[in-house]
Amino acid sequence: MSLTALFGQLLLGLINGSFYAMLSLGLAIIFGLLAIVNAAQGAFYMLGAFVAWMLLQYLGIGYWWALLLAPLAVGIIGMILERTLIARVYNLNHLYGLLLTLGVFQIIQGMFVHWYGTSGQPYGDPVGLTGGYNLGFMFLPAYRAWVVGVSLVFCFGTWYGIEKTRLGAYLRAATENPMLVRAFGINVPRMVTLTFGGGVALAGLAGVLAAPIYQVNPMMGANILITVFAVVVIGGFGSILGSIVTGLALGVLEGFSKVFYPEASNMVIFAVMIIVLMVKPAGLFGRER
Amino acid sequence: MLEPVLEIAGLHGHYGESHVLHGVDLSVGSGKVVTIVGRNGAGKTTTLRAVMGMLAKRAGSIRVMGTETIAFAPERVARLGVGYVPEERGIFASLNVAENLFLPPVLAPGGMSSDEIYRLFPNLKERGRSQGSKLSGGEQQMLAIARVLRTGARFLILDEPTEGLAPVLVQQIGKVLETIKEKGLTVLLVEQNFRFASRVSDSHYVMESGKIIDRLDREEVAGKMSRLEAYLGF
Amino acid sequence: MALDLGEAQASAARTRGVGRLGLALAIAILAVAPFVVYPVFLMDVLCMALFACAFNLLIGGGGLLSFGHAAFFGAGAYIAAETAKQFGFPFELAMLSGIASATFLGLLFGVIAIRRQGLFFAMITLALAQAVYFLALRLPFTHSEDGIQAVPRGRLLGIVDLGNNLAMYYVAAAIFLLGYLLVARVWRSPFGQVLRAIKDNQPRMISLGYPVDRYKLLNFVLSAALAGVAGSLKAIAIGLATLTDVDFTTSTAVVLMVLLGGMGTLLGPVIGAILIVSMDEYLAGIGVPVPVVVGVIFVLIILVFRRGILGEAIYHWERWQARVALRG
Repeated sequence: MSLTALFGQLLLGLINGSFYAMLSLGLAIIFGLLAIVNAAQGAFYMLGAFVAWMLLQYLGIGYWWALLLAPLAVGIIGMILERTLIARVYNLNHLYGLLLTLGVFQIIQGMFVHWYGTSGQPYGDPVGLTGGYNLGFMFLPAYRAWVVGVSLVFCFGTWYGIEKTRLGAYLRAATENPMLVRAFGINVPRMVTLTFGGGVALAGLAGVLAAPIYQVNPMMGANILITVFAVVVIGGFGSILGSIVTGLALGVLEGFSKVFYPEASNMVIFAVMIIVLMVKPAGLFGRER
Repeated sequence: MLEPVLEIAGLHGHYGESHVLHGVDLSVGSGKVVTIVGRNGAGKTTTLRAVMGMLAKRAGSIRVMGTETIAFAPERVARLGVGYVPEERGIFASLNVAENLFLPPVLAPGGMSSDEIYRLFPNLKERGRSQGSKLSGGEQQMLAIARVLRTGARFLILDEPTEGLAPVLVQQIGKVLETIKEKGLTVLLVEQNFRFASRVSDSHYVMESGKIIDRLDREEVAGKMSRLEAYLGF
Repeated sequence: MALDLGEAQASAARTRGVGRLGLALAIAILAVAPFVVYPVFLMDVLCMALFACAFNLLIGGGGLLSFGHAAFFGAGAYIAAETAKQFGFPFELAMLSGIASATFLGLLFGVIAIRRQGLFFAMITLALAQAVYFLALRLPFTHSEDGIQAVPRGRLLGIVDLGNNLAMYYVAAAIFLLGYLLVARVWRSPFGQVLRAIKDNQPRMISLGYPVDRYKLLNFVLSAALAGVAGSLKAIAIGLATLTDVDFTTSTAVVLMVLLGGMGTLLGPVIGAILIVSMDEYLAGIGVPVPVVVGVIFVLIILVFRRGILGEAIYHWERWQARVALRG
């Protein structure tokens, strides 16, 4: 196995890991505050990619604007869904929340499959990021470097925002004791809606980033969702840092196993998940809820 | 004569199916300290929660500073200038002491400045970076009171502030309450510790089985001690 | 925490199922049905109905949501299909092989998962089922996307030629009925009562000295085994074992069937299965995107109809009865 191929796979693993990290980050934030596993996260990822594609296809609006507009659109759709549907199940058993978002996922994906079929729509590398750099041991495509960079910035930026800022303090407090935070005059339901919107916007952003790499395909959410579930479980359900680190690590691990044992590469993450669930069910970084 | 800061009339409350408040009537005058006393399970904490808008099923009338709040969400009640110190104290474990202290937003001018707070509660300054969960019971209670003093709330609701505290700390809380009183704030207090309550309060409401059964102003307490002892079961 | 519906659970726990009249009615309907509806379609429905009943043992009886029941269904399907086709097993042996494999998987999954509850339980079963899916994808005998096709039906006990659709149907109907009656028996038995008590208040049952994990594990394995019966039967009756049988959509479909029909009831899953399979068939025929409809139904059930069709019917019937009784 040549060094080039190895690094090539590692890079791909890092890219996948970035997407895993971004999606599971959104999931972790939403789960922390709402105690609901947002099974529709994959659908929002797909929506982000599709909005970017539709902006280009129907309005001639390119990638750079899409980076801003698509997550915004996805976030707004998410907030509407939260207010109309998801908020209604907060006082039920949390498994219902999972099932509800699963239903929402099926609806969104089903509609897009119905409109666009299951083959992908192409989306080219954006202007300014075509080509790449020859590093000697491998060729680094510019766009891929960009994707990893942006993901890391957003992931750690979000982590910083939550752990170190005042707004983040509100979020952390509301996660612990929403009623009391309301008693201080803070409109927690609105914060919940905005947080949900933010969590899915992250998924939407990942979708835009993914569009030039994976093409824009209605099934992209389903393909990635189960892996993202595994990441969140392994990392620990409410842990922000846990999701980021685990997402990246698992992506790289998957990449490695593709090099040495390709048949088992999909399984690797699940094997890890099963082991973690048996040994430390709260997750590597999680706290027992 | 200023209108009462709190007026409750015919308040009924339910926890799920069980009817816990059976028509509570009470009022708290501006600048006064009023205590609700009674045995465990009488409905004292429930009444406070109802005032804060935290009791899901309630009916009747609650007027806070002249505004009818029976149907208000907690954040709306708070923004009228009400500060709540719950029985569990509610110190956030995932925030440090400073973050806990500065979390409640300033609702009105006139709240204590950080300097004033640190003067009144000196330990809080040193413990600034500690995680909320690392504080002792007494420190948590001080923090819980301190943080609402910052917000400029004119009406404070405290649920069992001296519960589980050593006598030295109980005295300190007494002093804090006196400072609060001097500033002209209004306080509604639930207290099991009657000696403490009788020292700080202008009047006491006795509550039993979800209703107010008696009201004793400060001057009346000495003469009616035997009646009080019967109510409270000592 | 266990998935449960509060007061609907309490009344349905009185277990309406089929009384003797109901049983006679069911047998009559089953006997006549193939002359009204295409037998192969009916067999598909019966298999899914049995699968749903098996799943209900776990969710309705035990309060545990498994996201991986397709693993048992699919394992039964693949093993039954392979043994019938490649090894020439007669019908009974092929079925038994399928059931045995599903039971074995059930034991394996159960031992790993049973100590967890709620969300974690759902996630573990999901992960384990994904593992089975990947095995099905990679193992040579399953022929991945093509699946195992043209599975021979063989003869029942060497006598009855199951190639005849009507004969196969009656055998399938008999198996379904036996499976349903088994579930009803378990549901009403002391074992079932203990399970419901565990679902309502596990800590209490532990303090009373019940070996809670063993009860839950037994229930899980039983549920898996029955799912295996359904899968094996389906593979032989329909003649196909494919990746769909083990994938996540099948696991979620059975959740939907049970929720739609009513998870606190015995007949609910059957009703749910009939509705979903028929709807699937009908909608695919007229080009409506089935997943969208399924999703909409899911959302509606969770928002307004958590008791399911039968559950709601029973609930409102009992409230009406109570009101009538009060008026005297």
